[in-house]
Amino acid sequence: MKSKKTEKSRKIDAVKEIKVNNLARVEGEGSLYIKLKENIPVEVRLNIFEPPRFFEAFLRGRMFTEAIDMTARICGICPVAYQMSAAHAMEDALEIKIGEEIRKLRRLLYCGEWIESHVLHIYLLHAPDFLGYESSIQLAEDYPEIVKRGLRLKKLGNSILELVGGRAVHPLNVRVGGFYRIPLKNELRLLKEELKWGIEACYETVSWTSEFSFPEFERDYEFVSLSHPEEYPFNEGKLISNKGLDIPVHEYDRHFVEEQVKHSHALHSKIRGRDSYLVGPLARFNLNFEKLFPEVKEAARSAKLLPVCGNPFKSILVRSLEVLQACLEALRIIEQYEEPEHPAVPVSPTKEEIGYGCTEAPRGILYHRYSLDEKGIILDAKIVPPTSQNQKTIEEDLESFVKKNYSLPQEKLTWQCEQVIRNYDPCISCSTH
Amino acid sequence: MRKNKKPKLAVWKFTSCDGCQLSLLDCEDELLALSDKVEIANFLEASRAVLKGPYDLSLVEGSITTPQDAERIHQVRRVSKLLITIGACAASGGIQALRNFKEVKQFISIVYAKPEYIETLNKSTPISDHVPVDFELRGCPVNKYQLLEIIAAFLNRRKPVISARSVCMDCKLKGTVCVMVADRIPCLGPVTHAGCCALCPSIHRGCYGCFGPKETPNTASLSRTWEKLGADQDDLVRVFRSFNSGAEPFRRESEIHEIKKD
Repeated sequence: MKSKKTEKSRKIDAVKEIKVNNLARVEGEGSLYIKLKENIPVEVRLNIFEPPRFFEAFLRGRMFTEAIDMTARICGICPVAYQMSAAHAMEDALEIKIGEEIRKLRRLLYCGEWIESHVLHIYLLHAPDFLGYESSIQLAEDYPEIVKRGLRLKKLGNSILELVGGRAVHPLNVRVGGFYRIPLKNELRLLKEELKWGIEACYETVSWTSEFSFPEFERDYEFVSLSHPEEYPFNEGKLISNKGLDIPVHEYDRHFVEEQVKHSHALHSKIRGRDSYLVGPLARFNLNFEKLFPEVKEAARSAKLLPVCGNPFKSILVRSLEVLQACLEALRIIEQYEEPEHPAVPVSPTKEEIGYGCTEAPRGILYHRYSLDEKGIILDAKIVPPTSQNQKTIEEDLESFVKKNYSLPQEKLTWQCEQVIRNYDPCISCSTH
Repeated sequence: MRKNKKPKLAVWKFTSCDGCQLSLLDCEDELLALSDKVEIANFLEASRAVLKGPYDLSLVEGSITTPQDAERIHQVRRVSKLLITIGACAASGGIQALRNFKEVKQFISIVYAKPEYIETLNKSTPISDHVPVDFELRGCPVNKYQLLEIIAAFLNRRKPVISARSVCMDCKLKGTVCVMVADRIPCLGPVTHAGCCALCPSIHRGCYGCFGPKETPNTASLSRTWEKLGADQDDLVRVFRSFNSGAEPFRRESEIHEIKKD
């Protein structure tokens, strides 16, 4: 190799580094380090130094009823995801079936979280990258109406969380078997007008983000998501991938393995026998396109986005489509809503059991597994958040992105590498937990 | 420039879930007005741009759980004219303070195959254990209206109007029927700091203590009431050990029941 060196390449032979000590516009604490030698990345690290809180350790000895409120505290942005995965895992352990109306209310609650979390990412965390702003507050100086639309849409998500969940951050109305209090028909009806506005705002969001300029970048990922026979996945289904995975949730541990690496407090994840995989909006969209509402499919077509999309920069567009899906779904649930007779199915543990739960958090699949004793005390807990699963894929994206774009000016390259990370809407507090 | 005259706001994260700083971004109706009044100078969750300190107001989220953070909080204090902590983690050590009752080494090895890579302190401690704090805003999570009240009070150079009364008082003000008296549902309301607007009792659920202890709580008396309602010693240990187990009155009460059960 060395003998072939031209003068030009000798000049850039020196070791080059890309460093971001504190990643911005992500949730939690992480840094980025890339080292290039002769323009080839030789070291790529997404360092996650967010301090661990040891949820899986302190859950031992707690009652099965407590996991919902305790695991919610893993994340202030997607607490409902934790509540849903925990509730489903406990109901699986106790062999409880919830009724159709409770199921719909949970779906509505999840819609609220998808809207709030996705819109936060689209408007406040990700869009500034595409438009060359440091923050959405800067963006608002030039485009106040756009940012106001985003904030109003985000507020709509939070209003659903408040009405169904009782509070936007760490909702308090969810329990094993159902809810503490059932929202009344009349209360939910209050959301209808704003949801109708929200649907229009979603179309505007889709057309706004579809016009962004996306770097040319595609990879052949293994996409993993839940799949449900009739619905775009939220709360239940089997786990599938585009490379042959097709398993019930309780087989998760047989197919996925976690590994500790030195530079991250969040465990990396791999599919056994293969390697990294991608979870989140892009995976859901590619694997479940047919389950989207016709209106959403149409909006995707007009935005020229069809499966299979292998460009992670376009995840902002997929998020916009998923917010539209969530608003349509929320409106549909509210219009057909009948108050269930009882807020919750009664629960009582009787024997040692293991329960499994996996739901689609805004950032991808979130897996919970609990072993309970005969009194319902948690003996063992395992929680695998989406961002920890995506870490390996993010590092691989960074590597191929830098390989292709090493000639960009340092500052632009650094910014775009940050953007590569933000494509995943990483939730670092979650990943470490 | 006029802009530079605005007071500088910084938001800092320590060990936490991000929910309290998110509450600032959840002020959808007020965020742009707020950015008009204060310079958002250092708020990594919202912006890449970081302006140099000193900062007029620092909001600190999270507890101290690593040796690095035990250093960093001193730097934050040095560059902050006023330092206000937001949330239960910063005020009492948060849910991660549950390690304080166990061996942290054991905790590490439950989660990590290679514990030697993990550097963490034995205890999760509140910010006030490390540096002087000008005000502690309670809650897991904080109430966003109280967060705005704190900033408004700072901008107008007045004391924040935030009461240290119990959740019970808020139930009475709201007209919520007492769930403990009427329905025998165990509730932490009598000893818990107000601030959430008494949310749980209004959905027919007992308060579970997100805001930590009120001023001068009578936890012993409440425990006796809980026992009458069927709670055993294990239940009482757990109930005082959740999001504010590091707060002195809750820690003490939980330890009493731990001794009793043995």
